[in-house]
Amino acid sequence: MAAVIETRHVARQRLGERLFHAATLLAALLVLALLGGVLIALIHGAWPALATFKFAFLTSEIWNPVTEKFGALAPVYGTLVTSLIAMLIAVPLSFGIAMFLTQMAPAWLKRPVGVAVELLAAVPSIIFGIWGLFVLAPILQRHVQPWLIAHLGTLPGIGPLFQGPPYGIGILTASVVLSIMVLPFITAVMRDVIDTVPDVLKESAYGLGATKWEVIWNVIVPHSRTGMVGGVMLGLGRALGETMAVTFVIGNAHRVTASLLAPGTTISASIANEFTEAVGDLYTSSLVGLGVLLFLITFSVIAAARFMLMRMDRRALSSL
Amino acid sequence: MNRLLIRKFTNGVAVSLAVIATLIGLFCLGAILWTLLKNGLSGVSLAVFTKMTPPPGEAGGLLNAIFGSLVMTVLGIAIGAPVGILAGTYLAEYGRHSRISSVIRFINDVLLSAPSIIIGLFVYELIVVRMGHFSALAGGVALAMISIPLMVRTTEDMLRLVSQGMKDASTALGAHPWRTIVGVVYPAARSGIVTGLLLAVARLSGETAPLLFTALNNQFWSSNLNAPMANLPVVIFQFALSPYKEWQQLAWTGALLITLTILLLSIVARVTVSVLQSGGTGR
Repeated sequence: MAAVIETRHVARQRLGERLFHAATLLAALLVLALLGGVLIALIHGAWPALATFKFAFLTSEIWNPVTEKFGALAPVYGTLVTSLIAMLIAVPLSFGIAMFLTQMAPAWLKRPVGVAVELLAAVPSIIFGIWGLFVLAPILQRHVQPWLIAHLGTLPGIGPLFQGPPYGIGILTASVVLSIMVLPFITAVMRDVIDTVPDVLKESAYGLGATKWEVIWNVIVPHSRTGMVGGVMLGLGRALGETMAVTFVIGNAHRVTASLLAPGTTISASIANEFTEAVGDLYTSSLVGLGVLLFLITFSVIAAARFMLMRMDRRALSSL
Repeated sequence: MNRLLIRKFTNGVAVSLAVIATLIGLFCLGAILWTLLKNGLSGVSLAVFTKMTPPPGEAGGLLNAIFGSLVMTVLGIAIGAPVGILAGTYLAEYGRHSRISSVIRFINDVLLSAPSIIIGLFVYELIVVRMGHFSALAGGVALAMISIPLMVRTTEDMLRLVSQGMKDASTALGAHPWRTIVGVVYPAARSGIVTGLLLAVARLSGETAPLLFTALNNQFWSSNLNAPMANLPVVIFQFALSPYKEWQQLAWTGALLITLTILLLSIVARVTVSVLQSGGTGR
């Protein structure tokens, strides 16, 4: 009798083992299916537009719901330009903050400043949007943009970038908001990467009489370059796909203009602004087509970033 | 001597620039919080929590939006957390060294930073188109898809912290792997997993883009999962961009509520983590 109960118990345990193992594997495979599903569903939804416009979808600037002609050039251009400018602002700032946090701050200051930067990352993007529209845009319109127009707008070469009326909202404002948003992400990765630099290396450099900056530039940066680039790319991926904050301040104009002060649009802002109002299959399908482009752009950037960070991880592990 | 001066000067400039960069970062956080408090606090009243979102030009509250946000966040976590925890368990335990795991880990990391509007489009194609209308259910599913990569990542990290010795002890007593995981590993990593949950809730409660074309919005009270449902982020989006004073005020108040909730959740999660690391369980 006892033996029967015993084997029954063992059988139950075996069954539980098999079920639990299968459940975890299934859940893990679901993550893979999620990515594949997203790509398939988006291409399926975008097919009418892609089949109608073919390659012109990428090269045409025209976005006209009335005549049902749709081209993605303006949103793609806006996405790339806003993200690029955001990076130009955010990368040096993040580098500075990461250096301050890891190399310069006194111990009692490290934690509160670090937490503050992390909290900035937790603020949802819609808050950045509402703040950008009601606080930042008026400031830029009144104080910064007139100065840019007067001083940089007359220069040869870069002049056209800063011409036209100061709208307040537009490409430049969106870029500034984006830069504040991605700043904590890039800072966090850079900080983690810098922490993997062995103390011995830094101490040897200090021992040779190097200044703080020389240690940073000649020891820390070369040692953690791949990871830093990975962090920057990760921030870039965020900036490219950021939606709500940009939607508030970009102005939603399907145009490609040289001036950074003019309203423009990005892929994500176009989708957010127009999707629920889109009438007709071709319009909706074109917006999903924009989604496919965004998918391809952001996923390749993020994948490259993760690849670099993965290599760094492995190297950090092997050097331990 | 001159060279030393130049080096010291360069160093001074670099250090000051780093300090200035930090001040700029802190200033941005301060400016955003201050704006929220200044514009949001004046609108906080009992009506915000007891009245529905008003038609243009009238006073009202955010009750239906707060309720809708709660419902969809709970729905998102209820779907996303089990899947995320199980997948994280696979990556940390059964498939720790398998090849498919490193692929899944990589894909999960990519999904972690993927733009949420794409998830919104996906769920629109998957559910909204098929059902023929917007619904709270679709909103919940979209939020679940955003929470899954988060939960996978934190679960795996937390389970990996559990000491091998405890697992070995359990195995030596004759327990099957699943008994060890459920009976030993999960309890040891509990506070870590709860922290992950808190962070996921914080992230979900501010998500706007995936709800825009899944749950849409609803001016009225609705507890029907099969119909459009109001939610704070989309209400803020709509009201902030409107020309009506009352709506804009409600948008600011909603923004303050969301931000305070999220910051509170993040701080609680952070405290839990630091308690964990300074000699809690698991290590």
